[in-house]
Amino acid sequence: MMIIKNKAIVNDDWVVLRLAEDETPESVTVAAVKTIVPLKVWLSQKQILQNRDDIGVWFASDERPEALKDDITKFSVIAVDFPKFTDGRGQSIAYNLRERLAYRGELRAIGEVLRDQVFYMQRVGFDAFAPRPDRDLEDVLKGLTVFSEGYQISVDQKSPLFRRVARTEASSKA
Amino acid sequence: MYRYDQYDQQIVNERVAQYSDQVRRRLADELAEDEFRPLRLQNGLYMQVHAYMLRIAVPYGLLSAKQTRMFAHIARKYDRDYGHFTTRQNMQFNWLKLEDTPAILADLASVEMHAIQTSGNCVRNITSDEYAGVAADEVVDPRPYAEILRQWSTFHPEFAGLPRKFKIAISGGKEDRAAIEAHDIGLSVIKNAQGEIGFKVLVGGGLGRTPIVGSVICEFLPWQHVMTYIEAILRIYNQYGRRDNMYKARIKILVKALGIAEFKRQVEEEWLYAKDGPGTITNEELERVAHYFAPPAYEEITSDNAELTKFKAENKDFANWLQRNVKPHRVSGYAIVVLSLKKTEVAPGDASAEQLDFAADLADKYSFAELRITHKQNLVLADVKQSDLIDLWQAATAQGLATPNIGLLTDMISCPGAEFCTLANARSIPLAKLIAERFDNIDFQHDIGEIELNISGCMNACGHNHVGNIGITGVEKKNHDEWYQISLGGAKGHNSSIGKIIGPSFKFEQVPEVIDRLLQVYLRERIEEERFIDTVRRIGHKPFKEYVYATKIAFEVEEDIDTRSFKPVQYSVPFYSPRF
Ligand code: SF4
Repeated sequence: MMIIKNKAIVNDDWVVLRLAEDETPESVTVAAVKTIVPLKVWLSQKQILQNRDDIGVWFASDERPEALKDDITKFSVIAVDFPKFTDGRGQSIAYNLRERLAYRGELRAIGEVLRDQVFYMQRVGFDAFAPRPDRDLEDVLKGLTVFSEGYQISVDQKSPLFRRVARTEASSKA
Repeated sequence: MYRYDQYDQQIVNERVAQYSDQVRRRLADELAEDEFRPLRLQNGLYMQVHAYMLRIAVPYGLLSAKQTRMFAHIARKYDRDYGHFTTRQNMQFNWLKLEDTPAILADLASVEMHAIQTSGNCVRNITSDEYAGVAADEVVDPRPYAEILRQWSTFHPEFAGLPRKFKIAISGGKEDRAAIEAHDIGLSVIKNAQGEIGFKVLVGGGLGRTPIVGSVICEFLPWQHVMTYIEAILRIYNQYGRRDNMYKARIKILVKALGIAEFKRQVEEEWLYAKDGPGTITNEELERVAHYFAPPAYEEITSDNAELTKFKAENKDFANWLQRNVKPHRVSGYAIVVLSLKKTEVAPGDASAEQLDFAADLADKYSFAELRITHKQNLVLADVKQSDLIDLWQAATAQGLATPNIGLLTDMISCPGAEFCTLANARSIPLAKLIAERFDNIDFQHDIGEIELNISGCMNACGHNHVGNIGITGVEKKNHDEWYQISLGGAKGHNSSIGKIIGPSFKFEQVPEVIDRLLQVYLRERIEEERFIDTVRRIGHKPFKEYVYATKIAFEVEEDIDTRSFKPVQYSVPFYSPRF
């Protein structure tokens, strides 16, 4: 599957496991391929899964990043699911993974990921995007460059605008 | 007032480009309406019953003459020759076409304005005291802090998908003119015993269906920390605020569920990570921003104005106007003048293009080219020389902007109601007009004195019905008729209270008589200088209730001949309301 990673469209071979209605986190079988599993699956099958190096974890929007506190360094991919593109909880999950748990691996947005939200997502620490399958990746890519400056600090910018630049009144008065 | 530097301008310009492209994609059907809706809302664009409405941010209610003229231009070019000032100190145009909105935003950007975050589930335009910087009772000018917070909240990447809208108000006077107790976060700029500046922080206040007064989360927060502290509040709210039921999604519900002590504990635990970090406001930044709000070049005026005293004695209309529409100024020889937008024939807060241009001219001539918008939907000239008052009054009278009714019965607040909003149970603006007609007599109004009458078309309370001394609320339709509930005893400010309903509801045409009866009881019972609200508090609801319901209120249904008025319709599509 093609995704956006570090501002480029790349091929990607991770599979995102989503539980079917009749599956449970304890009993679902995780195939022997690179798989991003739900947090609940990781927590209940940790004994087996922790020996594999092809496992990533994804968060639902009501789950807490602290749940991975002790395991965070094991992963090269963590994903956050956006069940609706208007659900902003994933933004704080990403922020906390980066800032509070110092996660440095790939952070991927999955689910309802659309062009008009990715700029904000990249600011809070996402560096990979798996847009909704009906979307054109080239188009989504454009969403990453809509603004050239931001006022406030976040994961991508540790210093607010007022500390970074000399701010003076514009020469051309309105 | 604040002026954009290259960064502010660049960000706003980039927004215009982004939004224009979103509209292009919507029109080309590359964006579905469902996906477009949150985008347009975060840019203040609502789809209403008859057309699109655009809400433009007027940061903390401050407007230059040039910006006011741009409003007049937009009213003429894209709307029906008028605009509407809102209770949150913004400007709304009600009759727009989607295709025109990118050009309107480009026009606005050329005068350092935008519509960013004037709606949607994000941090909204920050409101403040309409007399900031000039009020006689001011402790600290709140505007520099309001501007710093405006910048911080603009496109905050983490808080664009909150559970619900988020409103911040900030006041700096002894009297609270920003209704900080009724906001998601209320900030009161204060000085501590050592003379240091900081904020008293309130959280979880709000009107709407569940009116609640905000709780104090911090008694004194040094000003340097205000940004990091608010960010901590928002991070907690973003994660834990309810998202399953939009009527329970405001922060007030979370604060209530956790209790203020537990909520505070969580916030302060979160805040520890950011405290003293780079988000701390520096002296240099405060100075840079405060510089824009430095007092204008006031003249030194010592002499008494004999002419004014004489004119006042000879002219009752002028004396009335001085009493109601002119407020004391910090600087001697100056006055604050309120231009009333409440006139019998027009909707509260509406201003014609001609009036907007005219107000801009007045600002140029008499008040350092600046205007303010009040939460009661009037305009303010904040720095008028007392020696100019007669000239100004004559000019304003000619344009219908000098109705001497500020704080009186016809200085009503009204939500847009059923003509514009699909959530409404009943019309608001036509009712406001009906009431204004009935009590048009200005002498009667002056006799009644200070009173607040607020109207909402439904229980969502955009018209602040809960805090009106008399509150009117459109209630559930019975056979699609319009019925109104009347409440009594609400008030805002430091001594705020929520009004109580007096009894069964009334028909549209009965409401003026109900108000008249309430006023009759007041006139009968009041002692000395007692205001309406004081009498209500002293004697309680009972005498009012008894008199209102003593005899039947007869009424005739009149044909609606108002050309700006539209019959409410039954809508298939919910949620096209200015409430969102
Ligand atoms: S939702 Fe607000 S604007 Fe609409 S009718 Fe109700 S109170 Fe008025």
